[in-house]
Amino acid sequence: MPSREAIIDAPASEAAAAQHHASHPGTSNLGDRLFNSTLWILGAMILVVAGLIVLNLAVAARPLAKDHSLWGFITETQWDPVEDRFGALTFLYGTLVTSMVSLILAVPVAIGLSLFITQFAPPKLGRVLTMPVELLAAIPSVVYGLWGLFIVVPWLRASVEPWLGKHLGWIPLFQGPPIGLGYLASSMILAVMILPTIVAVSVEVMKTTPEATREAALALGATKWEAVMMTVIPYSRAGIVGAVLLGLGRALGETMAVTMVIGNSPQISASLFAAGYSLPAVIANEFAEATSSVHVAALAGLGLILFATTFLLNAGARVLVNAVQRGPRRVSG
Amino acid sequence: MNLHSSFTYRKVVDRGMALVCALFFALAFIPLLSVLWLVISKGAAGLSWSFFTQLPKPVGEVGGGVGNALLGTLFMVGLACLIGLPLGVGAGVFLAEKGDGTVGRSVRFMAEVLSGVPSIVVGIVAYALVVIPMGHFSAIAGGVALAILMIPTLARATEELVRVVPASLREASLALGVANWRTSIRVVIRTAMSGIVTACLLAVARAAGETAPLLFTALNNQYWNTDPRQPTASLTVAIFNYAISPYDDWHAKAWTAALVLLIVVGLLNIASRVLTRSRLKGAR
Repeated sequence: MPSREAIIDAPASEAAAAQHHASHPGTSNLGDRLFNSTLWILGAMILVVAGLIVLNLAVAARPLAKDHSLWGFITETQWDPVEDRFGALTFLYGTLVTSMVSLILAVPVAIGLSLFITQFAPPKLGRVLTMPVELLAAIPSVVYGLWGLFIVVPWLRASVEPWLGKHLGWIPLFQGPPIGLGYLASSMILAVMILPTIVAVSVEVMKTTPEATREAALALGATKWEAVMMTVIPYSRAGIVGAVLLGLGRALGETMAVTMVIGNSPQISASLFAAGYSLPAVIANEFAEATSSVHVAALAGLGLILFATTFLLNAGARVLVNAVQRGPRRVSG
Repeated sequence: MNLHSSFTYRKVVDRGMALVCALFFALAFIPLLSVLWLVISKGAAGLSWSFFTQLPKPVGEVGGGVGNALLGTLFMVGLACLIGLPLGVGAGVFLAEKGDGTVGRSVRFMAEVLSGVPSIVVGIVAYALVVIPMGHFSAIAGGVALAILMIPTLARATEELVRVVPASLREASLALGVANWRTSIRVVIRTAMSGIVTACLLAVARAAGETAPLLFTALNNQYWNTDPRQPTASLTVAIFNYAISPYDDWHAKAWTAALVLLIVVGLLNIASRVLTRSRLKGAR
């Protein structure tokens, strides 16, 4: 028996609809079939884009595999395009150090800020509260770089680094001449740039805490802060970790701001005051001018490492965030 | 925490932590206001009609502008929109309409993960995909890079917007005998349309502010260019080059160009906000 839709569309495509409907219940006319296949193709484009990214990175990095093993590439510190010696360790180090320090700076502020927005601020203010954070996210990274280069770097050179050196100079992290450009400047700017990412996701997951549990804690005599620590934080912990991982992914891949303030000097230093180099920065600086195919391949290899790392980080982060947002119903499966 | 501590102590901790959270909130304003104030105060002096209409001049010569870079940004963002908007919005509609199966879930997950891929990596992809086959840097390569960046974010945003369309609208249309595809296009997507336009505006704003993926795809150009096969200047790359140069008058140009970029990005964001507000008002 033909369905309701088949009857209504009957004058237009009676035979086709009836025939098609027999084999594919649910799609009853040409329009539906066209629409559905278009949608499937468009959806598949996301997977195609993912495939294109992996394929092209691999093709571009391929010439490198001739005389470099992956392990050798990662552990080698020399980077000398003239001599065709390519090692990623210096850049990996710079990327890791700046990202970690930026997390140390940004995470407490981001969590406190998210708690303020979701728990402590008057609820009437609502969306207005997230505006400064959204604005921070909207500023292009090259503008952060400009700001960092001409404002943050001179400030670090003149005030912050001499002060840190004087009072905390016994720690190797804070030794050496205060030059401004370097790991510390990059970390500070990265901290500002990843703050909106962490806050946006943390606010979302904190909002999923059932109001009843918090009220129960308050009713039992907990102060507001105790209620937050007993209900909101445990409930959204995995999501907050996910938010931090998303921020870390952003910090690892951030290019322009870091390129402009890290000093672009291929060396490994224990001091945060020293100039360094990062994965995205070396790609940005050398790719357009790389002439030998091995040089291009080595830079693409750095890109591949960066892609693999951020891909895994983001995947892990999304799993955590999605699990919190779905709620804790599937304990027993 | 220790609930056996004295009531006063617990009260002080409570107030203290609330204050710390509020301070962190205030702390976020410092970089925001600092960036905005410095870009405006240092950039405003260089604003003039010729800054928008003229080609850059060599160091030491007075005047000159970033007209070609503005045009280049407009041109490449336009190219990116041609590719990125239909694919991004389309994939979003797919996720909203068919996204509940295994394939849909994996597409959604991939879109989420791809939206975190560093833009410099996308630059390498566009280089291998477009620059190498063509043999030289081009506006097309820049546009492709920006489009790849647009698609995943736009897809997720579109999905959210299509999903909030009330099911009763779709059911009403189906009950009147309208075919599924017509219902999807004429009722569901049309209802979500103003939201989708908002998401597109934000995607355009993001693309206009990208630098890293253009550095070695579109490269740069000292002259006017409207040939998609040629290297093309962009506002963001101009800011970068001016900023890292050793000349003071180029630094001033970097600040002015940054002000222009912030105005463009700001206007797009404001437009999207106004649209969102009028949409919410209409729905009430």
